[in-house]
Amino acid sequence: MIHLKNVHKRFQKPEGGWFDAVRDTSLHVRAGEIFGLIGFSGAGKSTLLRLINLLERPDSGSVTVDGQPLTALSASALRRARQNIGMVFQQFNLMANRTVAANIAFPLEIAGWQQADIDARVAECLDIVGLADRAQHYPAQLSGGQKQRVGIARALAPRPHVILADEPTSALDPKTTQSILDCLQDINARFGVTVVIVTHEMHVIRSICHRAALLDAGEVVEILSVQDKQVSAQSALAKSLLEVA
Amino acid sequence: MEELTFAQALANLSDLAPEIGQASLETGLMLGIGLTAAILLGGPLGILLYLTQPGQLFAHRTVNGVLGWLVNLVRSFPFIILMVSLVPLTRVLVGSTIGPIAAAVPLSFAAIPYFARLVEQTLREIPRGVVEAAEAMGASPAQIIVKVLINEARAGLISSLTILTISFLSYSAVAGVVGGGGIGDLAIRYGYYRFQSEVMIAMVLLLVVIVQLIQFAGNRLAARLDKR
Ligand SMILES: Nc1ncnc2c1ncn2[C@@H]1O[C@H](COP(=O)(O)OP(=O)(O)OP(=O)(O)O)[C@@H](O)[C@H]1O
Ligand SMILES: [Mg+2]
Repeated sequence: MIHLKNVHKRFQKPEGGWFDAVRDTSLHVRAGEIFGLIGFSGAGKSTLLRLINLLERPDSGSVTVDGQPLTALSASALRRARQNIGMVFQQFNLMANRTVAANIAFPLEIAGWQQADIDARVAECLDIVGLADRAQHYPAQLSGGQKQRVGIARALAPRPHVILADEPTSALDPKTTQSILDCLQDINARFGVTVVIVTHEMHVIRSICHRAALLDAGEVVEILSVQDKQVSAQSALAKSLLEVA
Repeated sequence: MEELTFAQALANLSDLAPEIGQASLETGLMLGIGLTAAILLGGPLGILLYLTQPGQLFAHRTVNGVLGWLVNLVRSFPFIILMVSLVPLTRVLVGSTIGPIAAAVPLSFAAIPYFARLVEQTLREIPRGVVEAAEAMGASPAQIIVKVLINEARAGLISSLTILTISFLSYSAVAGVVGGGGIGDLAIRYGYYRFQSEVMIAMVLLLVVIVQLIQFAGNRLAARLDKR
């Protein structure tokens, strides 16, 4: 479903010189799986995730999602391809001046849906995330957990094959965290959406991921697999993360 | 100077009623043209200033630098000097250098970069992540500008427009004195040159009321549009 081939991303440091955030990394995420990206702060998790929908363009290497070679597409073809890749953010990034329903409608509006179809789909998505009674509220009137549900509904609305989530629960308390993770797992199970989730907590990996990549200094150290909520790991770094958790 | 009774002052003012009405229209015309130019040209300029900043959608150091420099250049002219310097241009554009329409030329010239800066500042308050979310959803630059930037900044844009209107009400008085007409011009002609202080006082009161009304309406509208 997602193929990253030898992607490399460097950033210019403010004091001059370059910083390699992702180093010549290859990764394959299978269709229908929940795939984690875990590692310490600065390991390059977010950068790697943002390379998948080309929010960051790799300096070298190629990105293919759902058979589409994103790195080879024109700007308008890339925009169309992105409508097939939902994204969920740690800070929610909802539009403050749009109601919950209008936030969820946004990706459908830009994709050119008919109004009647938009209304029906928005209602459906509100149901999926359990916020039907909040349709006409504004984001400022919601709790963090509710905002993230709106974020998930918005990502889900155009029926994407992939959802990318960058620490979707890091701004939430433990109980809300679990409900958001359950929500993502539910969406993955019901609709077969491939989910890539960034986290720095082994708990998130154990709780919903099928596999995960452990990152350190811009490289994949190990691919972890999860069986019955047990993470099997070889590397010393993974073992140390498992001990903390 | 003879003693002026309150009744006499009122009678003088009511004699001047047609002229006061005319002056108000002229002020309205100057402001209307200046503000329209500011919105139609200064608005897009402000959006461009914002979008060409580092890290934004159309980040471009040179374009941003040149635009910023031009905006600062026009804004550094004292208004009265800008007016005088633009006389030749006004003559070409309007065919005359007196009257409210001629005065609207330097007013527009000053209002465009002023509003552009206000728009740029207002747009900066939108969290970068919100724009990025729209990009990630596949929104085009035009959709991002209209559906995200302008809509998210709408309350701030109304406040900016309120500030602009009030500043330019005062600029229009200056422009009026140099041949544009309007409320300021009337106040100077009667209140200053003909020593009819009651006209001066009445015109200042009129301006005070107009400013209060504009600010009140601007605040109300901004508050209603703001859902943050
Ligand atoms: N736009 C940028 N400009 C410069 N440096 C950047 C940029 N984005 C990321 N970096 C640097 O790249 C490195 C990896 O960043 P990234 O955000 O991918 O880490 P992360 O693993 O997501 O960390 P965290 O857990 O703190 O979110 C960091 O050192 C960061 O400072
Ligand atoms: Mg991160």
